Amino acid sequence: MAQRSGMVEKRGLSHWLVHLGMILGVVIIFFPIWLAFVASTVTQSDIISPPMPLWPGDQFFENYSKALVSGINAPVGRMLLNSTIMALGIALGKIVISILSAFAIVYFRFPGRKLFFWLIFLTLMLPVEVRIVPTYQVAANFGLLNSYSGLIFPLIASATATFLFRQFFMTVPDELAEAARVDGASAMRFFWDILLPMSRTNMAALFVILFIYGWNQYLWPLLITTDPEMNTIVMGIKQMFPSGDDFADWPVIMATSILAMLPPVIVVVGMQKLFIRGLVDSEK
Amino acid sequence: MEKRVTFKGWLLPLILLTPQIIVTAVFFFYPAGQAVWQSLFIPDPFGLRSQFVGLGNFEYLLGDPYYRASFVTTAVFSTLVTLVSMGMALWLALLADRLIKGSGVYRTLLIWPYAVAPAVAGVLWLFMFNTRVGVVSWYLGLLGYDWNHVLNGSEAMGLVVVASSWGRISYNFLFFLAGLQAIPRSVIEAAAIDGAHFWTRFRTIVFPLLSPTTFFLLVVNVVYAFFETFGVIHTITGGGPQQSTTTLVYKVFSDGFVSQDLGSSAAQSVILLVVVGALTIVQFKFIERRVHY
Repeated sequence: MAQRSGMVEKRGLSHWLVHLGMILGVVIIFFPIWLAFVASTVTQSDIISPPMPLWPGDQFFENYSKALVSGINAPVGRMLLNSTIMALGIALGKIVISILSAFAIVYFRFPGRKLFFWLIFLTLMLPVEVRIVPTYQVAANFGLLNSYSGLIFPLIASATATFLFRQFFMTVPDELAEAARVDGASAMRFFWDILLPMSRTNMAALFVILFIYGWNQYLWPLLITTDPEMNTIVMGIKQMFPSGDDFADWPVIMATSILAMLPPVIVVVGMQKLFIRGLVDSEK
Repeated sequence: MEKRVTFKGWLLPLILLTPQIIVTAVFFFYPAGQAVWQSLFIPDPFGLRSQFVGLGNFEYLLGDPYYRASFVTTAVFSTLVTLVSMGMALWLALLADRLIKGSGVYRTLLIWPYAVAPAVAGVLWLFMFNTRVGVVSWYLGLLGYDWNHVLNGSEAMGLVVVASSWGRISYNFLFFLAGLQAIPRSVIEAAAIDGAHFWTRFRTIVFPLLSPTTFFLLVVNVVYAFFETFGVIHTITGGGPQQSTTTLVYKVFSDGFVSQDLGSSAAQSVILLVVVGALTIVQFKFIERRVHY
């Protein structure tokens, strides 16, 4: 970036126009989030007599504590906990099972290896939305409704991560495995002491992407959790709207929306480098 | 590609594979098989017995005007989402690419929406355009425009398109910016010396060099619009009014869970399966081995 100042970069007016354009874009993109934040700091009567204010009010603590402690159907604090368990479960679960199976497929020759590879590969093609009804029936038969296992396991049944680890292992120099073998190290020793430490960055980048993927799930938690105490925050927001003609409790709903986006935003912004790496890796 | 150096044994690798095999067998292959199997039957209203109908469910579906309409809806919806989110992202990326300093700050701000779940994005946009309390709809009313996406199908479609595109701009922006920064400066400067203006440079040099990125994003965004926008549609319109925002994935859900029409829903799953398969082949054939979540 540093040596990119050539003659094409202009100074003066056009330079400021570029900044102006960027700021305009950022404002347009940020407006919905800003408005949600404002709505989460004012009273219900400020909102139901439009137009609502565009600057934050003084009800921040009232609205957020009401949402966190009592919520509408279930305390949002509880829903945050459910979402955290689900997102961590999906991210960690997928990384663990994927790295093990990628290790097996890359570093061993055993009967049926090709078949396993293709079976796993096939799962790349089908998002859960496509096989939703039968997957729900399976989960229901196993008694997984309203459980963390039910929220987590069906969503780790895909091989994207396996594929990524496989790609990465293929780039690890053969000499390392050779040296380990000459030294008489077992396969698992090699895995723990050499392969795993080398994969740290890949795992972290994948973790960021998978955490957001898990946190932002909507359809699956909507089906699998009927008990409000098991709702995740992202799907719980919709449940806060009244079914009839009543006014929705907008300040609490908007406080919940802000709380729902906060953890993934912190992860994305705070771990920007890893996030971008994960994004690019997962598209390779 | 194969490893030259491998470890001996067959039991250990099988043990290592077991967790993944179990999870995929139970939650992937069995349900996918069930979808194909159920698509050949019509269950009776009490769910006690099923009658084999062969391809009857498919025949019925393809003759069903609502199902055919949801194909059109999905096509319109995905095209618009792809165009809006990519257009906006390209514009921002072109601007950011011209900045020497400060593009990092803008990038940090612009990646926020990626982290916002589609369902939450739906709630934010619903709030702005709410017919009773929405700020945007209120100001539109001042201008004499009566916004009502609850009754007006095209307004409903417009709203779900904008809400779905919004979260996607971050993603497209990051890839466009990376693509732009990979273009050698010397090429652009040479054109500038020859007197080519910004627009000419963009049309004749930048855009053609960016086409691998553009094509990749095109496919990925269509896949996104197909499968990951359920949350937006469910929170904003619930598929309405008069099914004007019912996409294929939304219909699998509403027929399967709301109307409990299992045979038809399973047949729709199978059709979607074919669609995804085709999209995946396109993805792999044209963009080598890029894998999408």
